[in-house]
Amino acid sequence: MRQDKIISAILMAIAFTAILGLAVITIFIFKEGVPIILRLGGREFFFSSDWDPKAGHFGIRSMIIGSMMVTCGAMVIGISFSLGLAIVLTQFSPPGLTRVLKPVIELLAGIPSVVYGFVGVVTLVPLIQNHLGGPGLSVLAASIVLGIMVLPTVTSISVDALNAVPRPFWEGSIALGATRWQTVHMVMFKAARSGIVSAIILGMGRAVGETMAVIMVGGNTLAVPKSLLDPVRTLTANIALEMGYASGDHRQALFATGVTLFAFIMILNMIALTVSRRQARGTGAR
Amino acid sequence: MRLAPVAVERVAVTALWIMAAITVGLLFFIIAFILARGLPHISWEFLTESPAKMGREGGISPMIVASGLVASLAVLIAAPIGVATAVYLTEYTREGRATTTIRFGADCLAGIPSIIYGLFGFVFFAITLGLGLSVISGALTLALMVLPTIIRTSEEAIRAVPYAYREVSYGLGSTRWQMVTRVVLRSALPGIVTGIVLSLARAIEETAAVLLTAGSALRMPYSLFDSCRTLPLHFYLLAREGISMEKAYATAAVLVIAILAINFFAYWLMHRFIGKGGRHA
Repeated sequence: MRQDKIISAILMAIAFTAILGLAVITIFIFKEGVPIILRLGGREFFFSSDWDPKAGHFGIRSMIIGSMMVTCGAMVIGISFSLGLAIVLTQFSPPGLTRVLKPVIELLAGIPSVVYGFVGVVTLVPLIQNHLGGPGLSVLAASIVLGIMVLPTVTSISVDALNAVPRPFWEGSIALGATRWQTVHMVMFKAARSGIVSAIILGMGRAVGETMAVIMVGGNTLAVPKSLLDPVRTLTANIALEMGYASGDHRQALFATGVTLFAFIMILNMIALTVSRRQARGTGAR
Repeated sequence: MRLAPVAVERVAVTALWIMAAITVGLLFFIIAFILARGLPHISWEFLTESPAKMGREGGISPMIVASGLVASLAVLIAAPIGVATAVYLTEYTREGRATTTIRFGADCLAGIPSIIYGLFGFVFFAITLGLGLSVISGALTLALMVLPTIIRTSEEAIRAVPYAYREVSYGLGSTRWQMVTRVVLRSALPGIVTGIVLSLARAIEETAAVLLTAGSALRMPYSLFDSCRTLPLHFYLLAREGISMEKAYATAAVLVIAILAINFFAYWLMHRFIGKGGRHA
């Protein structure tokens, strides 16, 4: 049994790699990024739109707004299509078709983000430019591309949530004379609500954090976008575009951009974790 | 006026089916678009030659090697750690503070955007540890990034092993370690491998993290400390800087084919796994 204790201790040490990794990442990102925020003052850094590294101006307001606009746009598209798909897959599609469709949708998640961005640039961007005006590289283009990119995540988690609803809920509703659609939106959706909410939040995290596709279709100008057709630079794009040649304060400011992004993501993660934990407890009680 | 529920149902279901059709259509469109424009430019020379004139001419052999090297190294580093973590979580401990902490760490890691991994890899592996922009910096960064996926898929695979197997193994007088290695891991192997294969695909397609940690040198990487340029990064630079659309499409096609092949392999593995599990149960 001594051998067992030793193995157990070794495995435990290895298992803590994940939490150790998280700690090291957090420490290093904050250590590099926080000093400059403190030096400039949060007000200057977060609420000024003046980003001019050569002149020593580092304000990321336009990128925060850009990230938020793109994420909201992506979620509008992503959520509607994902939930539609999830309902079709769990309630209406014949089992044979579901077996084909589910892996096909999961495959969407496997396509590299640069490919999404590129296909967006050569197909969607000219379409927007010609029919809606503006430069084409825009909040709208970025939202549509990101909406498609978050689709697999939101769909597959929503499918799991809908499948986890106890069968008697469905049977009860049908037996009361509700149509299948009424059952879906009045019973199934309510019962699966917390799972669907956490799917949406995880999708949001994906959208906020996506980099390459947004760089390609967003246009990356520094101004605050005034309409959906204006170009946009997100927090992630700012880091990826300038990190290659940044040094000194400029580099620290990019890390500070990373800190901002990190904070957003962590808040979203916490919400998702709390919601899914509540769901786990809820189904346990049933 | 109140619409008849049956009419509402018909409209709603039609709309849902249209949405599903659009989504699936989009997937096929994206893949077909890239393949149609890229395949004609792929040749044996393209796959085996080095690029010339910043990629305007020649092939992509150094990028194929770089992608393969960075991704497989990342998975080689992450897989043992991930599987060991999963074994610890499922076989060696009860649910408690330790498991909650570890799962919390893995969940948070899974949510961190790749650009943050890139920033971290740059400042930690490349600068603090002095590894520079290199294959090994890129691989270590990606290893951390795919770790949560490997932990989660391995854990699910191990949990799917029927409890009776463990009882029988104990009954035959095996120690816990023998039971884990000879019975549990062996039965869970296809599921674990599926997770690892999917992580490989994830590591190959990653761009932002690699951009900041492995660099973008066009040459063939001869050592782990050489800077290198992976396929998606090469594609990105070709397309963004308008160096050569032909080569960009061809590179993208190679990338998409590789990802599809890996995904199909993983899917096939998982199917075998599920088939087997069904027979056991």
